Amino acid sequence: MKRAFLFIPVILAVVLGVVLFAGIGKDPNKLESALIGKPVPEFQLSDLHDEGRQLDRELFKGRVSLLNVWGTWCPACRDEHDDLVWLAEEKGIRIVGLNYKDNRDDALVWLDRLGDPYQVSIYDPRGRLGFDLGVYGAPETYVIDAEGIVRHRHVGVVNEKVWEQDIEPLVQRYREKI
Amino acid sequence: MVRSVLIALLLVAYGPLLTAEPSDVYSFDNESEEQRFHNLISELRCPKCQNQNIADSNAPISKDMREEAYQMMSTGASDDEVVNAMVARFGEFVRYKPQVESRTLLLWATPVIVVLIGLLIVASIVIRARRNNDSDSGLTNDERERASRILSGDGSERSS
Repeated sequence: MKRAFLFIPVILAVVLGVVLFAGIGKDPNKLESALIGKPVPEFQLSDLHDEGRQLDRELFKGRVSLLNVWGTWCPACRDEHDDLVWLAEEKGIRIVGLNYKDNRDDALVWLDRLGDPYQVSIYDPRGRLGFDLGVYGAPETYVIDAEGIVRHRHVGVVNEKVWEQDIEPLVQRYREKI
Repeated sequence: MVRSVLIALLLVAYGPLLTAEPSDVYSFDNESEEQRFHNLISELRCPKCQNQNIADSNAPISKDMREEAYQMMSTGASDDEVVNAMVARFGEFVRYKPQVESRTLLLWATPVIVVLIGLLIVASIVIRARRNNDSDSGLTNDERERASRILSGDGSERSS
């Protein structure tokens, strides 16, 4: 009986080891979005290309889209831009851009110079929609299904690897549901 | 000496910078509202930073959250309403005090469980020690009497 007690520290150490090991490699900066399974928040914002045109969340209805949050002030957005253009042109993905806390002129120059992967661009200079979406660091990319429900959020750069591993399977799945 | 004077001067010069509050200024009707606001923003965690509340953080997102908390408060929202609005956007992560629910039950119960285990261990040690004192010394009654005679210094023991 007494001998059995001697094993308690070993067992405790093993349990602690397993718990800590499970945490290795997890990025603590990545948070699960609170909006998964919920509709895109309501908004009334103007089109980046056309100040007079008002956009709302109806624009997500009918097709699976990616919603990409970006700004010209965000260096990582520059990194992923070519991949977004590739997705839009080669893969035919519908990408909705959310120009977040930015300046219209700068954003238009950026799109002019680097190519415009966005079928629709929402202009959100004060970050209202971004705040309601729970954006905490651009770039962020959301998978929105054809009913306008948020299905996935990716924080950080979207590149070919992220697309193939995380995003493409979801886009395929929700496309089949239409 | 010169150096310490310089350091002191630097501290005086930069002191206000080191303790700078977030630059936005909010006005309140009374002190208790202000206190409420400060309690509220120190209970909310900045989603961008790993371990800072939105009162201390200067991340843009914290500024937005303070602003939103202030706006909600000024339209009469209760503390819970403000916190729930933030949780709805940013997730449970922003709560420094997680709610008691089935998922967090173990988290809340762990301190109690650990204290109980500690009490059990202490109790078992004490009980065992008592039992040993009473009977488990491995001596018969005769031997015990002999031992007490020896301890009390009775010389007759030596002859027997």
